[in-house]
Amino acid sequence: MKVLVAVKRVVDYNVKVRVKADNSGVDLANVKMSMNPFCEIAVEEAVRLKEKGVASEIVVVSVGPATAQEQLRTALALGADRGVLVESAEELTSLAIAKLLKAVVDKEQPQLVILGKQAIDSDNNQTGQMLAALSGYAQGTFASKVEVEVEGDKVAVTREIDGGLQTVSLNLPAIVTTDLRLNEPRYASLPNIMKAKKKPIETLTPEALGVSTASTNKTVKVEAPAARSAGIKVKSVAELVEKLKNEAKVI
Amino acid sequence: MTILVIAEHTNSALAPATLNTVAAAAKIGGDIHVLVAGSNAGAAAEAAAKIAGVSKVLVADNAAYANQLPENVAPLIAGLGKSYSHILASATSNGKNILPRVAAALDVDQISEIISVESADTFKRPIYAGNAIATVQSSAAVKVITVRSTGFDPVAAEGGSAAVEAVSGAADAGKSSFVGEELAKSDRPELTAAKIVVSGGRGMQNGDNFKHLYALADKLGAAVGASRAAVDAGFVPNDMQVGQTGKIVAPQLYIAVGISGAIQHLAGMKDSKVIVAINKDEEAPIFQVADYGLVADLFEAVPELEKLV
Repeated sequence: MKVLVAVKRVVDYNVKVRVKADNSGVDLANVKMSMNPFCEIAVEEAVRLKEKGVASEIVVVSVGPATAQEQLRTALALGADRGVLVESAEELTSLAIAKLLKAVVDKEQPQLVILGKQAIDSDNNQTGQMLAALSGYAQGTFASKVEVEVEGDKVAVTREIDGGLQTVSLNLPAIVTTDLRLNEPRYASLPNIMKAKKKPIETLTPEALGVSTASTNKTVKVEAPAARSAGIKVKSVAELVEKLKNEAKVI
Repeated sequence: MTILVIAEHTNSALAPATLNTVAAAAKIGGDIHVLVAGSNAGAAAEAAAKIAGVSKVLVADNAAYANQLPENVAPLIAGLGKSYSHILASATSNGKNILPRVAAALDVDQISEIISVESADTFKRPIYAGNAIATVQSSAAVKVITVRSTGFDPVAAEGGSAAVEAVSGAADAGKSSFVGEELAKSDRPELTAAKIVVSGGRGMQNGDNFKHLYALADKLGAAVGASRAAVDAGFVPNDMQVGQTGKIVAPQLYIAVGISGAIQHLAGMKDSKVIVAINKDEEAPIFQVADYGLVADLFEAVPELEKLV
């Protein structure tokens, strides 16, 4: 079966971001960008399905600026077969992304779509669920285990929920979003990075897909969070207990 | 203006997060209705009717809603939600799973994990693991929002007397089914609602050593959390994880033991009133946010702390 994986180019998770002085957003000039960690897990899961003989082809898609090609190449080096870039310079909302992905799903007709559960920049945790709604597919969000019945037409997804774990069975085609514990992504080897340069990437635009990216949300302002005032170091456990009892009065 | 709050519940009881979400609805202003979608959810509906400030409880009782499968519940909410100005759900794993599906069905953008209400159409929410706060304005006819519980003090669970009304909607969509669940059992308070949280990180070295934290937590009446490092190393189950990708807590007292203080962990606890860090590495970033820091070996400090409190 064909598997579609969506990946996002985001600021590297190790970077401590700074808010711009004019409060218009976060300063991303000259900041290291990478593939969103949850998306890496999605790519890895697709590659594992291919290695198991479940998946026959892996198509990786990204919506973003032309530079998002780098993240598609990374996914190709990790084992995806070909890439699709929906090029848009604007910052799009999750709903707009989901609509664009729906158009790609219609075109590619995958049996399984794997996305990360959330991007570490917008922290929305919406796109997979919205894509499921738009395409009418079942959803297995926050997956920590994905088992596709090779002969059947179902996928069993074990999900991370607040109280523990839950397992659901979904009819294919279906949408899965990955949690951190689904797998440990591999590193791309140099020969695979070289091979990835020869793999095809198709470039599309929202206009070509006939999708409107208009939004009902507007970001008015972005501010730095209130800073915590520096605390003190205590010398002993006894001093700590004394402070907590008499100064902070929390125990 | 009427607001629909989606109740978080287990059919037999209402989850505390619902009270925080009703509090957010009260800040927006207007009539508040609560939807209890479940199976044999009479007890949860009764509890919802008693919440202060709620004027009506809608109960959708159907076997298809028993396990909150989004394929079945989201069309119900989207159908009912069209006549409301706002649809609010708690930013629990359940709310996060269902609500974006509702927003897409209504063709509107969602606002996730709000921490404050500025006006009926403007909200604040953290982005970049809590390193920036965005103010977002929605022009949608129906504003679809998830609420971070720690941003709002809960309303009273008693004192209301809302009318209860049965509603029906789409039944089983036939796309998914519930297979089973494996819930972690604990006698300690629930992590997101606890007044005191004691958390352990990689410094605990193994799962067995968490017994020191359990002993301290039991003495304090606290919940026990963990960093992602401790969860990934298999010391404790993942529902104990505090952070950007785990649970968000804001207790009165947060005691971080053997936790370095990575960005992803701080995102889940830096709104705690008082933060205590116990770590033998005095350069650990956790000390930059700790109100009280103790540079010490946790295997000596934690048992001593347990004795003294």
